[in-house]
Amino acid sequence: MTKQQANWSPYDNNGGTCVAIAGSDYCVIASDTRMSTGYSILTRDYSKIIQLADKSVMASSGFQADVRALQKVLSARHLLYQHQHNKQMSCPAMAQLLSNTLYYKRFFPYYSFNVLGGLDHEGKGCVYTYDAVGSYERVGYSSQGSGSTLITPFLDNQLKSPSPLLLPAKDAVTPLSETEAIDLVRTCFVSATERDIYTGDKLEIVVLNASGIRREYMELRKD
Amino acid sequence: MSPNDFKTGQDAKHWAEDPRVRDEHRERERERERGDTYKFVESIHFCCTIKFTMFRNQYDTDVTTWSPAGRLFQVEYAMEAVKQGSAAIGLRSKTHVVLACVNKANSELSSHQKKIFKVDDHIGVAIAGLTADGRVLSRYMRNECINYSYTYESPLPVGRLVVQLADKAQVCTQRSWKRPYGVGLLVGGLDESGAHLYYNCPSGNYFEYQAFAIGSRSQAAKTYLERKFESFVDSSRENLIKDALFALRETLQGEKLTSSICTISIVGVGEAFHTLDQETVQGLINEFEVVGEEPPADEAAPPEQGAGTEAALAPAAPAAAAADEGAPADQGVAPMDI
Repeated sequence: MTKQQANWSPYDNNGGTCVAIAGSDYCVIASDTRMSTGYSILTRDYSKIIQLADKSVMASSGFQADVRALQKVLSARHLLYQHQHNKQMSCPAMAQLLSNTLYYKRFFPYYSFNVLGGLDHEGKGCVYTYDAVGSYERVGYSSQGSGSTLITPFLDNQLKSPSPLLLPAKDAVTPLSETEAIDLVRTCFVSATERDIYTGDKLEIVVLNASGIRREYMELRKD
Repeated sequence: MSPNDFKTGQDAKHWAEDPRVRDEHRERERERERGDTYKFVESIHFCCTIKFTMFRNQYDTDVTTWSPAGRLFQVEYAMEAVKQGSAAIGLRSKTHVVLACVNKANSELSSHQKKIFKVDDHIGVAIAGLTADGRVLSRYMRNECINYSYTYESPLPVGRLVVQLADKAQVCTQRSWKRPYGVGLLVGGLDESGAHLYYNCPSGNYFEYQAFAIGSRSQAAKTYLERKFESFVDSSRENLIKDALFALRETLQGEKLTSSICTISIVGVGEAFHTLDQETVQGLINEFEVVGEEPPADEAAPPEQGAGTEAALAPAAPAAAAADEGAPADQGVAPMDI
C-alpha cells in the first residue's frame, strides 16, 4: 500500500523575477512583466509591483493568485492602520506586517517570493527580502524569482562590500547614484532574460525617493 | 454527596432525568423568578410614591418595555441625547456633499472632540451626541467599507452602509441587555448613483436628505437650510461650502464664527473625502463674510477681542494672521485628534 499522492496541486508558478536596490536616498524596485505557466506565456504585460504605502513598494514573484491575495490583504490592513493612526505606515512597519501575514499562513503558505523596497524613517533606501513563510531581513539589495539565481551573483559582484570579513556594514545601502542603480538593474534583467525562459517581455522599474514615486519601462527580449 | 455525584460519561444521567436534581433545579428557577417579580413590584412602588413631573412613567426602565401608547421611551431618550450634542450640518448637491460641525472644546486647555470621521475615500460621517458611541460606529463603518472593497474591488454604496448601520442600531432597541446608541449620524457620500446625505437615528431609522442639521440649536440651521435647499442641487462646490458656513453660523446664535470652532469636510466627484484645514476655512469665512453680527468696522476701530475681528473687511492676507492666532493653540491638537 503506497502512500496516496495528490492528483492536483493548489499552487502554480507563474515565473518572473524581481529585484530591489537600496540607495542613500532612493530605492529602486524592478520586475519583469511576463506571466507564464509551464512552458506557455499567459501574458506579456502583467505588473508584479504594487505600492502599498507612500514609502513602501512590494514586488513579488511566484504564484500570482497568491500574490494578488497577499497584496489585497496588505492594502486592507494598511487602510485600517491609516484610520487608526492617522498616518501612513512606515516601510519597516510594513516589512513586519508582511512577515506576520506570511507566517500567518505557515501551514498553507502564500506561494509568493517578495521583495519590499522603500524609504526608512531617515529617508534612506531600504530593501527587505522574504521567503514564502515570512522570514525576512533588511538588506542593501535583493533578487527573487526564477531569474534570481542569475542576478544575485551579479549583484553580489557589483554591490557587496569589498571585504566579506568585515561585519555587515550598518549602512546596508549602496553608494551608487540613482541613475547608476537604474542602469545596473537594466543590465541585470537584460542578462537574466537571455538565459531564463520565464523572464522577459518588458521591465517595469519603480523608483522611490524624497520627491515621490516614478515608474519606467524598458523592452526586453520576447523569446 | 453520593457516589452518583461523581459519575461522569456514560453513567451520569442528564440532570433532567435525575428526579432529585430536576426538583432542585425547578426550585431554584422559581426562586429566581420570584426575586425578579419582587424587584419589579418594588420599583413600581418606588415610582408611584415619588412623583416627578419630568419622570414620565414606569415604562421607561427597559428598552424592551412598550408603553401603553406604543412608544419605547428608552429609544426616545436616546434621541434626546443627540439633541444635546453640538451641532452638525450636512448638505448635498448633485456632485458634492459637505459636512460641517461646531467643535467647541470643553475648556481652553483641552483639545476639541473629533466629530467628523472619514469612513472611506467616498464616505464621511458627522456625529452629534455621545461621541464615544459615534467613534465606535465609525470604526464599524470603516471595517464594512474595507471588507466590501476587499471582496468586490469597488466602493461600498452609501445606501447599503446606512442600512447596515440602521440594522445595527435596531438590534440595540430589542435586547434587554443593551442600550440604544446615543448618537445621530449624518452620513455623506458619493457612489454610482450620485451624491447622498443620510441621517441615522438611534432608533434604527434612516432618512435621506438634501440638507439637514442635528444637535443643539440645529433648528436655526434647519430654518436657514429650508429656505435655501432648493438651490443646493445645482450648487457649485464653493457655494455649497458657503451655505454650510452660513448654516453653521445660525447655530452659534450670535457668537463669532472662526475656523477654530468649526470643522468642514467635503467629498465630491473626483475629490476624496477630506477635512479642510483651518487656514482654508478661515479664508472662506472671510471671503464669504460669514463672521457674525458685527457692523462693518472702520479700519481705525481697533479690534476688541484678540482674534481676527478685522476679518469682515479684509481679504485673504489677514486671514493667515487670524489663522495663526488659532494655530498655535491648536498645533498640539492634531496628533491627539484621532
